[in-house]
Amino acid sequence: MTGARTAPNGDGPLLDITGLAVDFDTEDGVVHAVKGVDLSLGAGEILALCGESGCGKSVTAMSIPGLLPRGARISGSVKLEGRELTTLPARALRDVRGKEISMVFQEPMTSLNPSFTVGYQLGEVLRRHEGMSRGQARARSVELLDLVGIPAPDRRIKEYPHQLSGGMRQRVMIAIAVACSPKVLIADEPTTALDVTIQAGVLDVFRDLRDRLGTAIILITHDLSVVADIADRAIVMYAGRAVEQAPVTELFARPRHPYTMGLMKALPAAVTAAGVGERPRLAEIPGMVPTPMTDPDECAFQPRCPRAEPDCTASRPILEKAVSESPADGHTVACFHPLEGEGR
Amino acid sequence: MIWFILRRAGAASIVLFLASVMIFLGIRALPGDPAVAMAGEEATPEAVAAIRAQYGLDQPLPVQYADYVTQTLTGNLGRSTQDKLPVADILAQRLPVTLELAAIAIVIAVTIGLLAGIVAAVQSGRFFDYVANAIGLVGLSVPHFWLGLLAILLFSVTLRWLPASGYVPFSEDPAGNLQRMLLPAVVLGTGFAAALMRQTRSAMLGALTADYVRTARSKGLSERKVVAVHALRNSLTTVVTVLGLQLGVLISGAVVTEQIFVIPGFGKLTVDAVLTRNYPVIQAVVLVVVVGYVLINLLVDIAYAALNPRIRFGGGADG
Repeated sequence: MTGARTAPNGDGPLLDITGLAVDFDTEDGVVHAVKGVDLSLGAGEILALCGESGCGKSVTAMSIPGLLPRGARISGSVKLEGRELTTLPARALRDVRGKEISMVFQEPMTSLNPSFTVGYQLGEVLRRHEGMSRGQARARSVELLDLVGIPAPDRRIKEYPHQLSGGMRQRVMIAIAVACSPKVLIADEPTTALDVTIQAGVLDVFRDLRDRLGTAIILITHDLSVVADIADRAIVMYAGRAVEQAPVTELFARPRHPYTMGLMKALPAAVTAAGVGERPRLAEIPGMVPTPMTDPDECAFQPRCPRAEPDCTASRPILEKAVSESPADGHTVACFHPLEGEGR
Repeated sequence: MIWFILRRAGAASIVLFLASVMIFLGIRALPGDPAVAMAGEEATPEAVAAIRAQYGLDQPLPVQYADYVTQTLTGNLGRSTQDKLPVADILAQRLPVTLELAAIAIVIAVTIGLLAGIVAAVQSGRFFDYVANAIGLVGLSVPHFWLGLLAILLFSVTLRWLPASGYVPFSEDPAGNLQRMLLPAVVLGTGFAAALMRQTRSAMLGALTADYVRTARSKGLSERKVVAVHALRNSLTTVVTVLGLQLGVLISGAVVTEQIFVIPGFGKLTVDAVLTRNYPVIQAVVLVVVVGYVLINLLVDIAYAALNPRIRFGGGADG
């Protein structure tokens, strides 16, 4: 998919985020959730945003369609096909949501309204953005449920969320998200709450949608096996910043950032292909994630880093092209002492 | 849904049966022999026995109970000991007055309580929220009799906008009726509105942070639709619960309010009957209140099912 990096009109990426920072005012002070993230997404691309809890990946995702809670302060720029979204009036932003940018959330159990039928909740977005009548929306809803792989869609449409399994509900969420053929689909931990066997099916739905509808997808996940399975490119985040960015095959073959390496070592053997029978203890990363209340001018990962040197506390490394003999397509890393691509 | 209603109605009729037994036994447990009381101090044992036989008091209790139920179901609730009028006629005269008062109070309370609760939740932490909460707390704390007196002092005595007391049937003078009902209805509805406001606010606050509300916003729905359709629908269960509970409070509130505003309703009838030991009336009043409670609870249960598909369909994939 590396060929389709630009919007259909050819000038620049579909979604372009520069210097995105998000602060929350809390009773204990200001929380710097995202501290300056640059991100671009091409049409039809599947980009994974990964990192552990609290690294700012979800906040980054929520800030794209302006869905952050009250009290969030957002700075930087989010452009969809060149149109700035952060300064868009609420009304215009609502026209973008669900139509051009839509979302799938982590919790399929609670993300659907328990009081309305699947058909109502699906039809709602069609009536809102496509101006469909109830009858048209109903017919289209059946097609959409079929598209995301729900059997007997004409029956399911009359059912309530509690009558569906978790995997079914997540498929319904995806059907709602793709109902208006959005340019960008943001999926925040879409498979985390599901059984592993169901996960694979849901990921297949995403892949299928990208291939059939050309939807660009931002996939937020802490699960590197999901990244390896579906994404074209991945951004690894740590403490509110991107620390490494590369095409997925390149990232898994030659991780540069010690944090990325730490995440990969924490994967079970079946995923890392270390071989059956040989099962070393999973390696954890020592130490704790730094508090989001402070933002010293140093490498945030340095206290936990096995490769830390004195200069890591002198200033903050910026994301730059990784030194590499291979023609690594846009592999960037924010580290003064990156791994030299020796693999794992 | 039909089965659900039938099941609930079955349960309600069991409650009604037990309540009628208790009312029946309660009256018989009162000290004194009614036959002796009717015959007088000087009556001969034969005269007392004759009265017992005439009123069926010599029959075993189950037979007496069956007789009581038959009479009640056919609308014969006995005669008032005060004015010898049939109790059923008295109820037919008094009950509609209180029902009108309660209906106006409910309309006022639901309108104000629901709207204020929704706005307070949407504006939580802002000026309107603080004001609504403060007024709500006062509304909950102030007793009906004090608020009633204050309202009469302000609107009737000082401002002379509304009559202080009295009652005109709606059929005779609709404007005069509403004029006289407004003040007591507001007094009666104040606590109701306050309770409803607070419960609606907290339910809406919960709903507004729910994941499905975030989903609704991510669909690009207007904020009004997010609040009025997605959040409110799920808060209504709480509202219905409060409504059911508060209707009980409303009955006791009506007793006090009717006393203050001199309205010849059910509440005033109750007080007068208790003060004059008018047993047939008391018995009928208790029965009416019990039936009222059971019916309200039945309606609340049906409303739950109508609002919540999980109740209607009796659980699902994950309960």
